[in-house]
This record gives sequence, C-alpha cells and structure tokens, in this order.
Amino acid sequence: MTQKTNHPIELLRFNTCGSVDDGKSTLIGRLLYDSKNIMEDQIEALERSADITGGGQINLANLTDGLRAEREQGITIDVAYRYFATPRRKFIVADTPGHVQYTRNMVTGASTANLSVVLVDARQGVIEQTRRHTFIAATLGIPHIVFAINKMDLVDWSEDRFLEIREEIESFLPRLDIFRDVKFIPISALNGDNVVEPSKHTPWYPGPSLLYHLETVHIASDWAMTGLRFPVQWVNRPNNPTDPKLHDFRGLSGQIACGIVKQGDGVVVLPSGLRSTVKEIWTYDGPQQEAFCPQSITLVLEHDLDISRGDMIVGQDHFPGVGSEFQARVCWMNPKPLAPGRKYLLKHTSNTVQAIVSGVNGRVDMSTCELKPANELALNDIGDIRLKTAKPLVVDAYRKNRLTGSFILIEQGTNHTLGAGMLESPAHKFRFENEEFSI
Amino acid sequence: MSSYHLDHLQYLETEAIHVMREVAGEFERPALLFSGGKDSICLLRLAEKAFRPAEIPMPFLNVETGHEFPELIEFRDRRAKELGAKLIVRTVEDGVAKGFVTPKPGVVSRNQLQTPVLLNAIEEFQFDCCIGGARRDEEKARAKERFFSFRDAFGQWDPKNQRPEIWNLYNGRLNQGENMRVFPLSNWTEMDVWEYIKKEQLEVPNIYFSHERECFRRGGQWLPMPPEHADTTKPDPYDGARVKPNEDRRKLIVRVRTIADMISTGMIESRADSVDDIIGEVAAARVTERGSRADDKASEAAMEDRKKAGYF
Repeated sequence: MTQKTNHPIELLRFNTCGSVDDGKSTLIGRLLYDSKNIMEDQIEALERSADITGGGQINLANLTDGLRAEREQGITIDVAYRYFATPRRKFIVADTPGHVQYTRNMVTGASTANLSVVLVDARQGVIEQTRRHTFIAATLGIPHIVFAINKMDLVDWSEDRFLEIREEIESFLPRLDIFRDVKFIPISALNGDNVVEPSKHTPWYPGPSLLYHLETVHIASDWAMTGLRFPVQWVNRPNNPTDPKLHDFRGLSGQIACGIVKQGDGVVVLPSGLRSTVKEIWTYDGPQQEAFCPQSITLVLEHDLDISRGDMIVGQDHFPGVGSEFQARVCWMNPKPLAPGRKYLLKHTSNTVQAIVSGVNGRVDMSTCELKPANELALNDIGDIRLKTAKPLVVDAYRKNRLTGSFILIEQGTNHTLGAGMLESPAHKFRFENEEFSI
Repeated sequence: MSSYHLDHLQYLETEAIHVMREVAGEFERPALLFSGGKDSICLLRLAEKAFRPAEIPMPFLNVETGHEFPELIEFRDRRAKELGAKLIVRTVEDGVAKGFVTPKPGVVSRNQLQTPVLLNAIEEFQFDCCIGGARRDEEKARAKERFFSFRDAFGQWDPKNQRPEIWNLYNGRLNQGENMRVFPLSNWTEMDVWEYIKKEQLEVPNIYFSHERECFRRGGQWLPMPPEHADTTKPDPYDGARVKPNEDRRKLIVRVRTIADMISTGMIESRADSVDDIIGEVAAARVTERGSRADDKASEAAMEDRKKAGYF
C-alpha cells in the first residue's frame, strides 16, 4: 500500500451504477487492485475461487460480490460498501446493482453519495438503465456525475463511438438540470485503461483517469450552510444528585443538518415557535464558540422550554416550512403498491408521525424522464404524491437540503421501509403571528 | 472567512454519534457490546461524546468463550468501572451448563457457541438493540451490513431481505421479540480506528503492543500458548488447543492485530510498541486484518453463515 501516515483529509463517497453486465464490480475491483488496496490474502482467496469457477483466470468482480449466491450467479444482489484510500483522499464506494428490480438498492447507495459513476457498455450505448440511473442520481441531488464508457477495448477504442454515446447522454442531461459537473471517461475496467493510469489506447482523450478525477473533484462545498437546522435527537438530562452543576443541566443533543450556530445566537424552536438564546454549545471536548453542519453537538438554551426529540431548532432567518400537507417525489421500494388513502408511518429527521397518501400526481416515465398520469406507484416506480401528516413537520425542499427535505415511509405492522421521499418546496414558511408584538 | 470543514475522522465521528443518539432516542432497552477490543474501545469514546454529561444510557454486554486473554478481561472490567457503566457478562460455559448451548464433539473453538449465549442474554434482559463495533471493511459479508441491522425473533440476519437504508434515516421499529444490531463504525476502516485511538489518546490492552510470548505453529499461524490447566479436577477447557509434540513451539516477539479468544487469534510477529508504530504497520500491511482470524478461514462464506445464524 502506498499510503503514508500523513493521511488524506477529505472523504469522498461515491456509488457505481450500470446494468447487469456493465462491469461495475470489475471496475471497483480494478480501482482497489491498481491503487494497491488489495491485500495478499484477498488475492489468495481470489486465486482459490479462480481455480474452481473461473478456469484459472482471476475475476476481479469476486472481490466485491461478497455473498455466496452472488458468486454462484455472478450477480450483485445488495448494496456493498468498499473502502480505499490514496495519498490524496479516502473513499467510500457503494456498489449498487443494476437489475431493474433492485432500484431500491441504488437509491440506498446513492442517497449518501457526493458523486455517481454511471457505467455504460460501449457496445450497447445508452439503454433504459442508463437513463434510469442518471435520473435517480439527479433525483437524489447528487452534485457530481461521471459517465464511464466501459469496454472500449471491444469497440476498438473508437473515438467516434465514444463521442456518439456522449452526445446521446448530453441530449437528455439538460432535462435533469441538477449536476454541478459532468465527466465522460473512456475506460476498460477489465484491462485497467484510464481507471487508475491514463491509457495509451486513447490518445484522443485529453482528460483525467477515473481515479485522478475522484481524487481531485471539488467537494468541499457540498454541505448546506444557509439557515440553521438542528433536529433534536435526544434530551440530555444527567439528573445528577451530587453535582449541583449537572443537576439542572438540560441539553439538546443532535447533528446540525444545515448552517452554523454560535454561542449567544437567538434561536426558534419549531413547530412551537418558542424563542430562546444559545447559552452554551456543549461537547465532550469542551464548550465551543460555534458549530456547523454536520457536527454533532449538545445545545443548552437560556430558557427551560418544553423541547423533546422531533423538535427542530432553527435560526432567526431563512425559516423552514411548517405544515402537515406536502408534495413529494417518492421512490417506491415494496411489492405492495403505494395508493391514495393508504396510511404509513413517516420518518423525517428525528420525527416519526402517521401519514396518509392524499393523492398520486403521476409516475415518471423512465424513457422520457417525464411525469405521466398514474393512480398508484409500484415497486421501483418513481412518482409524485401528496401527503397529509397527523402532526405538523418542519421541512425544507429536498433540493435545498437533503437532510431536512427527505423522509422514509414505513409500513405499520411489518415495520418494513417501503419508500424514500423527497419534499417539494413547502406551501407555508414558518412566520410569527403578530410579528410586531413578539419582537 | 473561517473554513467550515470536517476531515475524514471528524466526519466518521459525527456520523457515529448521530447513530448512537438514534439508538438512545428510538429503543427502550439498548445494550452496548464491549469486549475490550480496539473497535469497542472506539465505541466507548463515541458513547461518551454522544451522551455526556449524562450517564451512558445503556449497560455494556460481553459474551465470553472462556478462552479469553486475561489482559483483555482485566481491561474490560476496569474500563466499564471507570465509565460508571453496568457490565453484564455471560459465558459459553454457563450456556452449556444450562443446556441452551451444545458444543459440537471434537470442536474446541467456542466462537460459534457465542451466538446462542448472546441471543439468550438478549432474551434474559429484553434488549431490543445491541450496539456493536463491526466494520464493513472487515469482511465481504459485512460489506453488505446496514447501520441498523434487523434480526428476526430467532436472531437471524437475512441479507436478501434487509431494510433499505436511505440518507441518515434509520428505521428502528420492531415487533415483540425482534431485535436490532446497530453498527456505528460501519464506515470505519482498520486505519481509521487506529488513527482515532491516536487522536483521542485512547488506552488499549497491552496485547496490541509487541511483547514476548510463547507460541506454537498451527494452520499457518502462530497461536498463543494457553494457560496451564490449573484445576485438574475439571476437564481441561483448552483440550485440543494445546501444543502437540510435532508442532513448532517458540518464544517470539509478537502482538495481536485483531482479538478473538486465545484459540482463534493468530499472533503476528511485530516490534510495534506504540500506536504510531501500529499505524505504520497497518499502512504497510500485506494481508487483511481478519487474515489472522482462524474463525474466518473455514470457507469463503464463513462469516456469512455465522451472521445468518445471529453472530455479531
């Protein structure tokens, strides 16, 4: 391994997607292998399985296809996470399968990613899966995307073919209008061309290798910093009878979901609308003058207010929406369809409430990325719905903030996670009634 | 303008604290699995960061095979006391005596016997959630684990039927008898663990550092010599794990890289006697951490099979 003790400071999370035989697992195996992140015992295990199933040839996909059924069937059935490091960065890779029926896994893997790598088989070009995966990456608000045009060796490293595919992708990208940057890289995952080292087969390609791009893409500004959002996870009450200082301690613990908080800042507790001031930012490492997203902290307020898990503490400007009727885009992940009138549990930040589907606006047609009329959403559908919740929620639009704009739907009884939701702009922003009197 | 930016350890830390607080917020009776090993040592610090100045709102639980390194037991007991936590210990031996654990004839390792003991302890104390220190980078089957890993009423993991885990919205809902395993260190690597130990100046048991020890060669590994069979009125607990006349026996300078018990932990020859040395060693390592675990070598799917049965 080339890594030295002066370790890289940034962490990049990315996911890989493509259809069944696009070579995702091979690509990840290649990234790990060529960046010297594979150990001798792993290579030994590969060689052992190569002798049994591979006719003696090492199969890099076996590095990532961890479950027995996957090795036997040569498929990836669930999201697998891989870790590797170069002297520049640390990486978390979500390897997400390409089967149509496993869209839920891609949504899972992509939901925490800064970047998506979409694999395209150079022989096949753009297929429905390519559109679907690109669309999901856009829907989930992933800022950076890379199209790795794979198996270039099988099209004789043709620049024309590469450009043809690139143009086809570029023709539907504007409709998605979300990615901060888009890259196209011609590769051969099997042989390693342009994966870690630049390939001598592509003199016509002036860009970086995939790994170099992953190491250098600018991700520092991926977190939202406008308007404080602090969902309360846990109320910290030591109730210590012997230490008088701790006896009255009442802290509000959570992870900042957006923005910055400073000692002395005025804050508002939602949905109640009660005001207070930050007395202390308590951490195990001592009190802090300020804290920012996504730090985990404990806030102590000047006033002893009735605050519990599920409440949200926000700043005095950039108020979020408060309400109990919402529009949302949903990825449905269960064989039982979502339909109007169905009741679910909805988990949003640290809050779980009852919700009812008041209507389905439509389902996204993957070949055109457009909304078509529909009455319900089936497994792996993405569509727009209307929801009512039993209690008001404090929300932002998903495209403004992934953490306060997202929710999951849970089936009561089985407790299965059924779907992932992304909120549209809320109808009503929070505002104080009788504003002039309350200041 | 100041820079609002977290490095990778700070990011992993805040993610893990968030996970721990979700456990405290969503479960009635959680427990924290604390063995005294390096990963669970990180868990304790994260628990302090998540819950101080209050008490850590869950007891510690450990399942002993009976073949533990004595140094580890001493460390475990002392740390629990220092943190003011309640430590619950359940043993394979006790499980055998009570009849809910049946050793396989001829198998000396009690590694697999820990599973029924753990499940029994979960039932005894009605734990609805156990926080563990497992990491996804350890092993291929673990690479597919969730942060919140659902176990059915039999304690089983079903990799094909896991709950999708989207954003940081963990679904902790359970029915009676079901149970959750939660892994705050999911995204940590072996290197991250040691860098965190260094950064937080965490104490680790001294068997992680190089020391002289009598070992014997078996299955391509140097295994530690088990303690003397003191009480000869009882059967030897290390029967089958003792050095045989034809096996190579040596005094070596060794340390452990990962700790199971004395039967399944290979000692590695090493001069690393500080955390910095260990970090250097991990960076230069040519085999994975679990390459020194005899329990994983059984077959390529060894871990998968144990996890399905309810292993940690």
